[in-house]
Amino acid sequence: MNVIVDYGLGNLRSLQTALKGQGIETGITSDQEEIAAASAIFLPGVGAFRDASKALWESGLADLLIRKANEGTYIIGICLGMQLMYDRSFENGEYKGLGLIPGDIVKLEQMPKIPHMGWNNLTLEREDPLVKYTSTGDYVYFVHSYYAKSSGEEILAYGEYGERIPAIVRRGNTIGFQFHPEKSAEVGARLLKALGEIIL
Amino acid sequence: MLTRRVIPCLDVRDGRVVKGKKFKDIVDVEDPEVLGEYYSRAGADELVFYDITATNDARRISLEFIEKVAAKINIPFCVGGGVNSIEDFTDILRRGADKVSVNSAAVGNPKLITEASLKFGAQCVVLSMDVKKVDEGKWGVFINGGRIDTGLDALEWAKEGVELGAGELVINSIDADGMKEGYDLELLKTITSNVGVPIIASGGAGRMEDFSRAVLEADVDGVLAASVFHYKEIEIRDLKEYMRSKGIEVRL
Repeated sequence: MNVIVDYGLGNLRSLQTALKGQGIETGITSDQEEIAAASAIFLPGVGAFRDASKALWESGLADLLIRKANEGTYIIGICLGMQLMYDRSFENGEYKGLGLIPGDIVKLEQMPKIPHMGWNNLTLEREDPLVKYTSTGDYVYFVHSYYAKSSGEEILAYGEYGERIPAIVRRGNTIGFQFHPEKSAEVGARLLKALGEIIL
Repeated sequence: MLTRRVIPCLDVRDGRVVKGKKFKDIVDVEDPEVLGEYYSRAGADELVFYDITATNDARRISLEFIEKVAAKINIPFCVGGGVNSIEDFTDILRRGADKVSVNSAAVGNPKLITEASLKFGAQCVVLSMDVKKVDEGKWGVFINGGRIDTGLDALEWAKEGVELGAGELVINSIDADGMKEGYDLELLKTITSNVGVPIIASGGAGRMEDFSRAVLEADVDGVLAASVFHYKEIEIRDLKEYMRSKGIEVRL
């Protein structure tokens, strides 16, 4: 079964509905046995990195997710869920991520308006089955105040907001979206379609 | 580049959309999710639903529409109206809304903004302000549908709201609302040039140029309107094409 990890943050219904629309059935769970048996794991999240990181490490979910990633299970992080896949975040302190992708989460600082909220376009950086239905210039819906600063090797597509913002990232079986594909109309639906073709 | 957003606003009472009777081509015009889906397909960037149900008990039932909307549309949406407590935020977000807008209650209890922002993130917390001109270059904040003058200065309240944790402001001009003579550009300019979060213009849009002027002259991030969309005086796609022709970045 594919699971959406419920660690007490945010609304999971929209994601579940959007995935279902592309034929990806998911269960929403915080049960570690179910997550341990999952074939693909969605890590959603809105809110503060600190709370999310704390919830994952204290519950033992973090160790489980790292183990599953190492075993080759697809882990798909969305928004804060993607940021959690990096080494650490400097959101109001310094907090530990899962370390599945090398890099840090740092504050957006170049633009007068933060959060980066709204529709922004993507620039494709690297070919991958995940972005086979996506084009440079496609608009997706972003809401965030921090972004991933890394070597950039994992970037499939980025957005521009004063900085080059990693928007779609992939490192083997670890996949992340900084924006919300479930809120990104047709462009988002096409990304989830491609995702389904990879993980199912 | 980040686009400017076009945002239709729908009033909901007892789970039904109040305006929108002219949508003759839609079978059940009063279902929020049907209208929501219509606007989503028409190219809206975001939707705002204001629940105007009179009592708290009735509102709890009315809010069931949120789940139906969340299941139908794949663009972000905000829900407001009668939001008084952190429980209201939780309830609305859990049902599937992306943002919650708070208005009168935040004036009486500014801590609500901070509490919600810390709990759910600033991006979920929209401070909606009903504003009326009180003097040359001065605007006051009014509550309870514009009936009560709070004595607060609009710019000061906007700044304070952001400091408290609001991630977006909706500035609704009581003077311009319903007049269809354009947004209050002077008011909007005053706010956008002093506040560092996205600003949504509300109240007064009647023609396509009203929308583009709010962006070009007052630098707002989003333009909100109700009746011109509900009564199909302006089609969203036409509006966005017009805005693009004026050099404004929009999602088409």
